[in-house]
Amino acid sequence: MATKAQSAEVSATTGPGGEGVRRRDFLNVAAVSFAGVGTVAAIAPLLVQMAPSADVLAMATTEVDISKIQPGQGIKTQWRKQPIFVRNLTPKEIQEANAVPLSELRDPQSLADRTKPGKQNWLITLGVCTHLGCVPLGISEGENKGPYGGYFCPCHGSMYDTAARIRQGPAPKNLEVPEYKFTSPTTVQIG
Amino acid sequence: MSFKWAKPYEPKQPLMRWLDERLPLPRLVYGAIGGGYPVPRNLNYFWNFGVLAGIFLMIQIVTGIVLAMHFAATTGGAFTSVNQLIMRDVNAGWLLRYAHMNGASFFFIVTYIHIFRGLYYGSYKAPRELVWMLGLVIYLLMMATAFMGYVLPWGQMSYWGAQVITGFFSAFPLIGEPLRVWLLGGYAPDQAALSRFFSLHYLLPFVIAAVVILHIWALHIPGSGNPTGVDVKEERDTLPFHPFYTAKDGWFAAAFLLVYALVTYFAPNYLGHPDNYIPANPLATPAHIVPEWYFWPFYAILRSFTVDFILPAKLWGVLAMFGSILLLFFLPWLDRSPVRSGSYRPVFKRFFWLLVADVVILGYVGGAPISWWRIALGQAAAAYYFLHFLVILPLVSAFETPLPLPSSISESVLHGEAEEAAPLGQKKPRRGATATAG
Repeated sequence: MATKAQSAEVSATTGPGGEGVRRRDFLNVAAVSFAGVGTVAAIAPLLVQMAPSADVLAMATTEVDISKIQPGQGIKTQWRKQPIFVRNLTPKEIQEANAVPLSELRDPQSLADRTKPGKQNWLITLGVCTHLGCVPLGISEGENKGPYGGYFCPCHGSMYDTAARIRQGPAPKNLEVPEYKFTSPTTVQIG
Repeated sequence: MSFKWAKPYEPKQPLMRWLDERLPLPRLVYGAIGGGYPVPRNLNYFWNFGVLAGIFLMIQIVTGIVLAMHFAATTGGAFTSVNQLIMRDVNAGWLLRYAHMNGASFFFIVTYIHIFRGLYYGSYKAPRELVWMLGLVIYLLMMATAFMGYVLPWGQMSYWGAQVITGFFSAFPLIGEPLRVWLLGGYAPDQAALSRFFSLHYLLPFVIAAVVILHIWALHIPGSGNPTGVDVKEERDTLPFHPFYTAKDGWFAAAFLLVYALVTYFAPNYLGHPDNYIPANPLATPAHIVPEWYFWPFYAILRSFTVDFILPAKLWGVLAMFGSILLLFFLPWLDRSPVRSGSYRPVFKRFFWLLVADVVILGYVGGAPISWWRIALGQAAAAYYFLHFLVILPLVSAFETPLPLPSSISESVLHGEAEEAAPLGQKKPRRGATATAG
């Protein structure tokens, strides 16, 4: 904030009429910008320390042996500390999934969209309900699979069908299919 | 708060006026560190260190809260969580840890300069005795906090520091050993001790912050002291805190933080001990065990007592060490001189610098390995420390003839010493002439 005396003093350097940037203004802006950059540099470490560290990000892939999973069975495994459902669908379950018209679905996807070509019986999804993140029931023997024969989330009652697509309840999306590939006929690499 | 010409808070913005009428927080800030706090216009750079201490307290709290997010207070996990997780894995964790580690040292550097400023300029004298005593409380809390923080990485120096410091309490007769076992929650430092040190290390900085508020509150009743020690008399003796001292404190803080950054980035372990990068081993003490540098003078006093004399040497050492700080609480009554500033006390000034040298010697002795001549030197220095406060200061304040004081702050600033008035009953001495009693 320049006083009247100061502006009279510097007006000599700003030319007639006091047009243009005065020296005092320039110094103020320069000082504040410099302090601003310094403040950002000081705050950055306090923020980035909360982000996942490199060792957490390094857990990005998981290999799963699927040779022991019989049709109608499924296993729960982990990828990035999240549950993964690997399910070997029976021909009946595949048929049920394919029988549903896509127009009836909240998140329209066919079973083929959600599996690899020629491996339609292998349904691999995250075991994380797309509503608020609970683990749905139905992967293990004897668990409630819900009225659509897929998964049933006990938290808020979301129901998934045999292709793990949302059919009823509050969840907005189908169970997420992670990126994965078959590295051999009996091995899947997730991530 | 302090002087009648202090500008009252007059909010111009409707929003601030609305807030001020309901919760006068803006008014409080304006009166404490804004244009409403008049400060003597003649403060020198030694008056910047209080604000700096506040800045370092904030740095320690902020970096500490962040480090606590990653620290595991278990005997099996503490060392790894500090030296692997925080130093290698956590994003910018190395920077935050080094900033916290060196922040502690710099907090003590600025606090020591602040304390010696107070000693030289008589900041402990009436009417600021409580300001001084609250400051000592902060200092004691800082020492406790720093010690417990040093234990947390659970390295060799951490572990043996905990063992030795809690060992102080075992010096007291009868209750000593049970007290030590109770403090540790065991016979030696272990999980129980680590957990409670972590809990208290997190708590105490907030207690410090609370006492800092009392310290500043008590200061703002009479207002800040100044290098002449002469009371503020009229408006032209003072300047509003904002913008004058916010600007001066601001630029000096930036300059000082550069030094801090320099050490943090380029010599982060210079003030530490390599042995603390060895995991704690309850079966082997490091050959050269010393505390962090800021405790060295007290460590020297502790080690100065080598023979039993009525009481056991161990108890003498502990009593003397605690006594060396508790003594300072009585300083306002040990130094009876009505003149505050050391600049106008020729005899006091010399003894002040002797005390500084004495504390530096104590620090050297406390940090160096034990040898016969160092023990002797430490004993002499420890004895002189107590002599200074208990004998020399009272005598000096009784017999010294102070130099003439300026009649006011603005006189001393605006006209230099030529306009200085002689105190009551004294002739103003000519330059070079010694002061004579009237």
